[in-house]
Amino acid sequence: MSAQDVLVLVETRGGAVADATFELLAAARELAKASGGEVLAVALGAARAEELKAADRIIAVDDPLLADYSPEPFVAAVREVVAAEQPRAVLVGSTSIGWDVGPLLAARLNAPLATGCQSVRLEGNDLLATTSFCGGKMTAECSLKGAPAILMMLPGCCRPSEETGKGAVEQRKPSAPLAAGAVAFQEWIYPEAGDVDITQQNVLVAVGRGIQQQDNVELAEELAQSLGGAVAASRPVIDQGWLPSTRQVGKSGMTVKPKCFLALGISGAPEHVEGMKNSELIVAVNTDPNAPIFDVAHYGAVADIVDLIPALTESLQKR
Amino acid sequence: MNIVVVVRQVPDLIEPLEIASSGDALDLDAASFIINESDDHALEQALLLKEAGGGGVTVVALDFGDVDNSLYAAAAKGADRIVKIAFDGDVPPPARESAALYAEAIKPLGADLVLVGVQAHDELDGGLSPFLAAALGMPYVGVIRGVKAGDAPGSVVACKEFPGAVMARMNVKLPALLGILGADQPPRYVPVSRIRGAMKTAQFEESAVAAAVAEPLLKVGGLSPPAPAARAEMLAGSEEEIAGRIVEILAEKGLVK
Amino acid sequence: MAPPNGDKGTALLEKLSRIDSGKPPFGCMQCGLCAATCPLGPAMEYPPRKLILQTIAGNLDKVLTSPSLWMCVACYACSKRCPRGIELTEELWPALRDAAMQEGHQPPAELQETFQNVFKYGNVLGKSPRQRLQWAKDLDVRVLDLSKDPKPVDVLWLVGCYPSYYPRNQGVARSFARIMTELGVSWGILGTKEKAVGECDRMFGEEGLFETLVEQNRQLFDEQDFGKIVVLDPHAFRALQSFYPRFGAWYPVQHYTQFLEEYIEQLKPLMVKPVEAVVTYHDNCCVGRRCECYDPPRELLKLIPGVKLVEMSRNRDDSLCCGGGGGGMWLDAHIVANGGRRLSDERVQQAADTGADTLAVSCPYELSRFEDAAKVTGLEGKLKVRDIIELMAESMDLGERSIA
Repeated sequence: MSAQDVLVLVETRGGAVADATFELLAAARELAKASGGEVLAVALGAARAEELKAADRIIAVDDPLLADYSPEPFVAAVREVVAAEQPRAVLVGSTSIGWDVGPLLAARLNAPLATGCQSVRLEGNDLLATTSFCGGKMTAECSLKGAPAILMMLPGCCRPSEETGKGAVEQRKPSAPLAAGAVAFQEWIYPEAGDVDITQQNVLVAVGRGIQQQDNVELAEELAQSLGGAVAASRPVIDQGWLPSTRQVGKSGMTVKPKCFLALGISGAPEHVEGMKNSELIVAVNTDPNAPIFDVAHYGAVADIVDLIPALTESLQKR
Repeated sequence: MNIVVVVRQVPDLIEPLEIASSGDALDLDAASFIINESDDHALEQALLLKEAGGGGVTVVALDFGDVDNSLYAAAAKGADRIVKIAFDGDVPPPARESAALYAEAIKPLGADLVLVGVQAHDELDGGLSPFLAAALGMPYVGVIRGVKAGDAPGSVVACKEFPGAVMARMNVKLPALLGILGADQPPRYVPVSRIRGAMKTAQFEESAVAAAVAEPLLKVGGLSPPAPAARAEMLAGSEEEIAGRIVEILAEKGLVK
Repeated sequence: MAPPNGDKGTALLEKLSRIDSGKPPFGCMQCGLCAATCPLGPAMEYPPRKLILQTIAGNLDKVLTSPSLWMCVACYACSKRCPRGIELTEELWPALRDAAMQEGHQPPAELQETFQNVFKYGNVLGKSPRQRLQWAKDLDVRVLDLSKDPKPVDVLWLVGCYPSYYPRNQGVARSFARIMTELGVSWGILGTKEKAVGECDRMFGEEGLFETLVEQNRQLFDEQDFGKIVVLDPHAFRALQSFYPRFGAWYPVQHYTQFLEEYIEQLKPLMVKPVEAVVTYHDNCCVGRRCECYDPPRELLKLIPGVKLVEMSRNRDDSLCCGGGGGGMWLDAHIVANGGRRLSDERVQQAADTGADTLAVSCPYELSRFEDAAKVTGLEGKLKVRDIIELMAESMDLGERSIA
């Protein structure tokens, strides 16, 4: 225990540690180097400690009420660890759980909170965060007064690192059994196997006329599967009846804001761009180097998507 | 069910944002304002609950920005009471101070359920909804998409959204405060003639509450626009090289394992 | 006899009995010409004839909840054909849509967004009002912004939402500014103060929104000293000509084809460059079928040396609508989802069938609609879509440098 430690709230997806947690651990490692403290990973319920070697200490807290998710037991469990460890900072993801636990913890500890953190650092004794707000149209340099500073990190804040810590695992039980509170978990609901809601996807593989033939849509489906996303399309593809209209992006279709929009063989007509321009990351591939899609894309490549899509799928599967 | 909804104003991002000469705040003189999107969903969710199970909807708002426009629209949609909190600052107060103000205005209303948008895009120390829950001493769960009356009286069932369109069904004993991400239906369209009607007939109750101003725990040192988005950075090479580079970019953003 | 829907039915029928143009629907003899001529009728649950039948029978709940209520694209074909002179397009459909929204039935989502854009920003595209003059940036002729510099002018030009903001249409606005300047017209615009005229809102039953726009525009217009209003948008023309006067807001107005036709003698010697093209002209519905103004656009096209004008089999009062009228611009997904045809796709095919290489238009909606349709139907590269203004400006050597 040290007032210079950096604590990370671990999250899981389908039993495995979530990608976002590895980013938090990497960010925490940088902070801990500056503070001279250790990286503490707090895993509630069933996180696999062996995946958390990037931390120096893995504090695994177990209680029946931590098996799924309810806010009160989670906040109480984290609060107890924070009280015991007195860390300099607590790193939380900008996730469904993070948006509950981060601010609730800050409220109860009267601790400073910064949301939308792109990066965090220590300068002397000051904990500073660069945060993004107003839909990414503005950044702020913030300093947080007091400890622990609660930092809600944006996805992509830090590249997961290979660096490992001491990896010591401590199993703990809450000092008293956790109380369910007024908000009680009932059940998980998984999406029905109907058509995909493209507005709810993190990754969209969007195809335009460059897909050329109906058969090629299958290639895009494979790519979307490897990315855990869905296939969307511009109007010409929908018009051909190659995909249902629920997949159309643009003025007369859906407006989407995924974390990543792959615009494949889409020229970038304004009608289409209107529906996807606010995506967090846009990667465009088109045979026409002057296609307007490259004006809104962050990354672009001039290539034939019928060749590129299988190459992408292969490259993903090799990882 | 007596439902209270908080409606906030945020700068409309279709206009370029300006930084105040002090450098540490937005210059909102030139800004236009719109209703915070998730608060609009919170209002819709409240109206749906009222339509399904009766009760009343009270909208509480800080007198800031173009709030009257949002409040007339809320009245036209079916809000029963509207409480406007007197406020004369240039920028909305930090989240905790806002929460204290809203809490003072909400306490006398005897709410069973308080619905607040889970985020506002101009928040830096954000999460008004959990801070307000704390100030009201109410239980909280946020990132909610859809609320229904519960089987037991005095309860609701809320769906909390997780990645991959997975939901957790939560049973919530009232009174409680929920941070709303989305309503069961998109916010309804109300014809302008109704809004014009509300402008003539709607009554706003004024609430003069005060909150102790504490030293903010988050100090904003300076604002700056992010680096300008340029034309796409072009990736060159063979299909395999381009594909490899794209996968690297996605991995950097944490989008692939 | 009281209609089955009680008060709301009574109110609607009462409203329909005192409509401003054409005859009320009660005189309908159910001949069915309206439904037969309606290009989207076959896909409608309630095509015009059934719509009238159910409305006057008071079966409003059925009519007001049917998706077909939102499928009319205001082409005026039914009104034109009705032997009883019933004004379906401008009266019946808008009144029913208004009634539907008053009842709390939601219009299609895209339309809601468009209404909200107009209400919030004064333009259909949801763009910043402050950027309304973007089209005129670095323009090589003087633009008099009357909102900043009020001066008496002959022509108050309402640029319109698409020509102000939409990249494909901005060049048309610039070319029109150059043509007016070349003709020595004294003209000005309302700059960032200009707002949508609101025709699509009126036609889609958003009467409160339309009324708001009339009030706002009236105030703006009355602050200025001008001879007449000139518009690029046929829909704005129709609204100013027919709907604004109902609120006592009367202004002389011309569509640009009518306005330029008056300058035909002056224009002749200015057409210095031949434009070698086989051109067919698409009659838009508002200035064409509704106002029967068929010749001015053709006269303008004939002025251009090199242009060979050919006609589509469906022309003038029989022209096939582009499908974008009166709000149809935002209903493509709704119409297709409910089994409607894509009229613009058929229309470009009809244009190509004439052997023309250029489809000339005089409505801001049509450039993007028909260019999009040409792409989808494989006519891209074979059929160019150009506004008459673009063709004239090219011949006058005043065109955009980079028109494809």
